[in-house]
Amino acid sequence: MTLHWNKLIPRYLVLIVFMLIVLIPIYGALMSAFKSNVEIASSPFSIPQTWTLENFHQAWTAGKFNVFFKNSVIVTTVVVIASVFLSTLSGYAFGQLPLPGRSILFTLMLVGYMVPFEAMVIPLYNWMGVLGLRNTYWALILPQVGLSVSFGTLWMSTFFENTPRELTDAATIDGCSRWQTLWLILWPLSKPATTTLIVLIFMWTWNEFLLALVMVQSEAMRTLPVGLAFFQGRYTSNLSLMAAGAIIVALPTVLIYILFQRFFIRGMLGGAIKG
Amino acid sequence: MKSQTKRRPGESRWTGFFYLVPAFLIYLLFTLIPIADTVRSSFYDWGALGKSNTWVGLGNYANLLKDSVFLNAFSNNLVFIIFYSIIPILLGLFLSSLLGRYPLPGFTFFRTVLFLPQVISMVVVGVIWRWMFHPTTGPVNLFLGIIGLEHLQQAWLGSFQWALSAVGSVGSWVQYGFCMVLFLAGMQRIPEEYYEASSLDGANELQQFFYITFPGLKSEIGVALITTIIAALRVFDLVYATTRGGPGESTMVTGFLIYRTAILNNNIGYGAAMATVLTIVILSLSLLIRKLMTDHTNEAV
Repeated sequence: MTLHWNKLIPRYLVLIVFMLIVLIPIYGALMSAFKSNVEIASSPFSIPQTWTLENFHQAWTAGKFNVFFKNSVIVTTVVVIASVFLSTLSGYAFGQLPLPGRSILFTLMLVGYMVPFEAMVIPLYNWMGVLGLRNTYWALILPQVGLSVSFGTLWMSTFFENTPRELTDAATIDGCSRWQTLWLILWPLSKPATTTLIVLIFMWTWNEFLLALVMVQSEAMRTLPVGLAFFQGRYTSNLSLMAAGAIIVALPTVLIYILFQRFFIRGMLGGAIKG
Repeated sequence: MKSQTKRRPGESRWTGFFYLVPAFLIYLLFTLIPIADTVRSSFYDWGALGKSNTWVGLGNYANLLKDSVFLNAFSNNLVFIIFYSIIPILLGLFLSSLLGRYPLPGFTFFRTVLFLPQVISMVVVGVIWRWMFHPTTGPVNLFLGIIGLEHLQQAWLGSFQWALSAVGSVGSWVQYGFCMVLFLAGMQRIPEEYYEASSLDGANELQQFFYITFPGLKSEIGVALITTIIAALRVFDLVYATTRGGPGESTMVTGFLIYRTAILNNNIGYGAAMATVLTIVILSLSLLIRKLMTDHTNEAV
């Protein structure tokens, strides 16, 4: 059933209004990043009179966003690769392999998915201090991997449960070991599930704030969100500089979201449903 | 979970363990044990690391119940539930009942935009909205001036009366697109015949909403409740990036108070008790909502 024009147009108008509410603040911040502070104050939403990259340049060098960016890239890359690899193995164990104590172990894995970072950050902060790992990448990577494999295991085990048994049976008959079955037969099939997992863990790690704030005291080890938060404390009245910093932090996740949005939305709706 | 996979001839029943152990070990060391240790610490009067570490039983919890700072922070989280959860869900239901039954050409584009706040760092969201709410140059006040409501202009984030609602409304801004997309996806499952048959029986749109749309979206509403309530209870980044709990304690929330108590002020046992309470509330709420929602629907939620 389709709608008539006279009914369709009001519906679109409502949709456009709610879309604009989302878009206008983001658009304003984007424009601000290319303007001077004087221009932001006089006309916040106008297109810049002269486009300048000066704000980005200043945030990148003087604001040390180049350092924060490097830290974020290192931490996120390691967390994503490690978490996805480990979750593939553990999801395979839950979905396809003989595993005594399966349901208890599964419930244990579920706990981490429901619990907030606040629940574990205090001991982690102490231990990392005792181990001398504060202000290192390890303090950011290891807890993030721990939390990510919780969701990742649940996510991948659903995929492995739902792959047709005939496939793995055929692989068995052909003499594939469990390890070969996983990487030669199932892994290529898991591309959509794995892609979703990669983009979600990427986004969560890139945006993670509390852990990165607590574990790192030295400026040289800050990730982008923490760097931006301290930046804001220091340049509180310099709106254009802050806007440029905010764009640097947001751009990678927004780009990946636009490229992979099918996977993102499926994962976030599906992930929420599993939780 | 489905039934256990058959073992291959000659295969050890422990095969699965070898695949599970690497992930589980990291999870155990950096998630499960820290959670348990948070609970353990909450029974101690534990100042700075290694000092004055004495067992106080439930003492920290008893103090929490009398601590007006904690109670204020927790009740602010409850206020946030209105902004993070109730408002977005009502908006989402309204919009999806308006839009969901008919194919809307170009909807993918709208969906992309509506979901956008979900993928942006909350610190960035905080920076954007601090600018929006800026007392002199912020677009919110400029807009109020343009539509002739100058008397409402104010320093939103610096106001004892308005700061909590201002930060909360940023939460609504983040969440409503998520709820809308979730409900619209759910409405694809409701057969159009239900609406047609009820129209023939003389049902109006409001009745259709309550008797067809709402029951049909039950599992999606449950999901939206769990995710948004958890977001409201654990809010930290947004408060850090906008008000840091101020002015005074007017936007203080439990997550920020845990950080301040345990990390900044080194009052580890007491902060751990707060974290334990928060965790228990979050866990029991999500289990409760899941149970309520699955009692009535047989779908795998």
